Amino acid sequence: MHVLIAVASLGGFALIAGLLLSLAQKKFRVEGDPMVEKIDAVLPQTQCGQCGYPGCKPYAEAVARGEADINHCVPGGERTMHQLADLMGVEPKPLAEEPTAPMVAFIREDDCIGCTLCIKACPVDAIVGAPKQYHTVIADYCTGCTLCVEPCPVDCIDMLLKPELIEHWAWPLPETERARIGRERKGSHARAA
Amino acid sequence: MPALLKRLGQVLGWMPAGFFGGIEVPDRKLTAHEPIRECPVPDVLILPMKQHIGEQCHPCVHIGDHVLKGQKIAATEGYMAAPVHAPVAGKVVKIEEHRIAHPSGLGLPCIFIEPDGSDGEHRYEPWADWETRDPAELRERVRECGIVGLGGAVFPTFIKLVRDQHHPINTLILNGIECEPYLTTDHRLMLEHADEIVRGLSILRYMVGARECVIAIEDNKQDAVEVMRQAVVRASLTGVRVLAMPTRYPQGSEKQLIESITGKQVPAGKLPVHIGVLCQNVATARAVYHAIEHGRALTERVVTVSGEAMPRPGNLRIPFGAPVRFVLAQCGLEDLDGVHVLHGGPMMGERLRSVDVPVVKATNGLLALHEEQIHGLNAEEQPCIHCGHCGEVCPIRLVPNLLADHCRNDAFERAEAYQLFDCIECGCCSYVCPSSIPLVHYFRYGKGQLAQIRRAETFAEESRRRSEARERRLAREREAKQARRRARKASTPAQAEDGEG
Repeated sequence: MHVLIAVASLGGFALIAGLLLSLAQKKFRVEGDPMVEKIDAVLPQTQCGQCGYPGCKPYAEAVARGEADINHCVPGGERTMHQLADLMGVEPKPLAEEPTAPMVAFIREDDCIGCTLCIKACPVDAIVGAPKQYHTVIADYCTGCTLCVEPCPVDCIDMLLKPELIEHWAWPLPETERARIGRERKGSHARAA
Repeated sequence: MPALLKRLGQVLGWMPAGFFGGIEVPDRKLTAHEPIRECPVPDVLILPMKQHIGEQCHPCVHIGDHVLKGQKIAATEGYMAAPVHAPVAGKVVKIEEHRIAHPSGLGLPCIFIEPDGSDGEHRYEPWADWETRDPAELRERVRECGIVGLGGAVFPTFIKLVRDQHHPINTLILNGIECEPYLTTDHRLMLEHADEIVRGLSILRYMVGARECVIAIEDNKQDAVEVMRQAVVRASLTGVRVLAMPTRYPQGSEKQLIESITGKQVPAGKLPVHIGVLCQNVATARAVYHAIEHGRALTERVVTVSGEAMPRPGNLRIPFGAPVRFVLAQCGLEDLDGVHVLHGGPMMGERLRSVDVPVVKATNGLLALHEEQIHGLNAEEQPCIHCGHCGEVCPIRLVPNLLADHCRNDAFERAEAYQLFDCIECGCCSYVCPSSIPLVHYFRYGKGQLAQIRRAETFAEESRRRSEARERRLAREREAKQARRRARKASTPAQAEDGEG
């Protein structure tokens, strides 16, 4: 008898709880995948496709689905990889490719024929121009993704190193032994933060 | 008991309140009794296009132009900037990038002027009658004359000289503290040009409408206190106090001085104006006097050229743009072997990697020191023993040892949460650290990295916005194309039917 009461009462509770949960799921349903947004927010938005996906958003989606690894964002480098590891709750791994120095595209106007192909290729609208007119890159908008280099039929786009501005210069780490050790251990500390 | 009396005096306002933390450093004012002497004009003057905090200037003269002394050679574009003027009459020989006194060793565009020995001078109209003029007009003159804070921070002065009805300025503080060891430029200026400084004070006071004025001088410069008191009496000013403050580093730092005098703290991320205080250096006040009453632009400054390795230390009046090598030679220092040259004071200054950089508006001192005099130069960083000295001396009440840990481990967000950006880099913590931890260096590293991260984040946000706008535009265009195609399809069969009909 006692057993039946226990089963009935617990079963009843379970039923009510189940109902509440299913209602809550309907009411507080989240549109879209919040994980994708979070991952996209830490990506550098160069839209360069160096990760093998056509842009930062697609890569974020692939990472959220677990299809892509966290170490493929080249311009984001070490820092982005650590942030992705935090978000996904996985161990950091070495980068798939060494990050390159920041670049900026430059159009040699003497050679430009005004074909607009690079304008169409630019993912951030950083190239201005019109058919049969010289095109030029707005250097402050250029993410250095190199997507414009390939379509150019006359090969007039150069990727230049971004000039180092004195205002953007940052102090290096002190050259002490402990700073070096700290640097090597930083991965675990950064995650703890 | 004396401590209690002192506290009572502070509470009642009879004594300066003092500031938290700080250290006593040997003052080594070798040049306190050296009168200011004129530095000869070098063969070429190199004028960087940015000698202030803010935006870079742009040359408004061309190569080959003849310029007069005091003529504007570089104009400002942004708000936070101060123009550059020719320190001597001469010819513009080139405009190109040249190394400046900066820890990066990088350069800035500079205008090179070859003096021609003539004494042609451009002056603005002298305004002896400034009391009848609009403060806004005076402010424009201060801006036009390129005046910046000469204490070392080189903040454009005109920006501070506003009458804002939401933040009226009650107290005007003239900073003659000069707490950095070795430096004696403000000291000598007060001794030799006290009347000009007091005139400058009157102009500043008129511009901001301050009731109360304080001239603050550390008590290791009693002679200057006396001279300034007499000058105030001569000018028969009311409401001006000359205070002798107990000597303590870094009392000359703006926020520490305000805390020391008024007992009020400037809140983090706010400016002194928000608590009704304006702080100006004595040399800046004198520059304002020259700009208003004589129409002279800022083209020179007094620099303490000192240090144990300097054969003939002194206080020199140097035109901006004079190469440091030339200035050192004037004081007898030509062989730089084993000598470290510092730009600025020993606490906050930078070691110069090259002496082929020009003297700029920020140069308050040039020190030549022997290796053994530089504190902890070759000391190896030891583990932190958590003695807490750094926290006791930090005038901002930060926790330097934890901050340094976070910066070393690249936990920048955490360092920021510990108020990294409130650090004024005074160097007290590094000075007292028994483990020789280069704390300030870690903070500079952390600040630089955070600034770069912030810049990257802003850029990423901008790029995202542009990329999304582009996606939307492409989608719109695709849709418009499809709509047109549908419309064409819909109209073609209709025409066919018409034809049949």
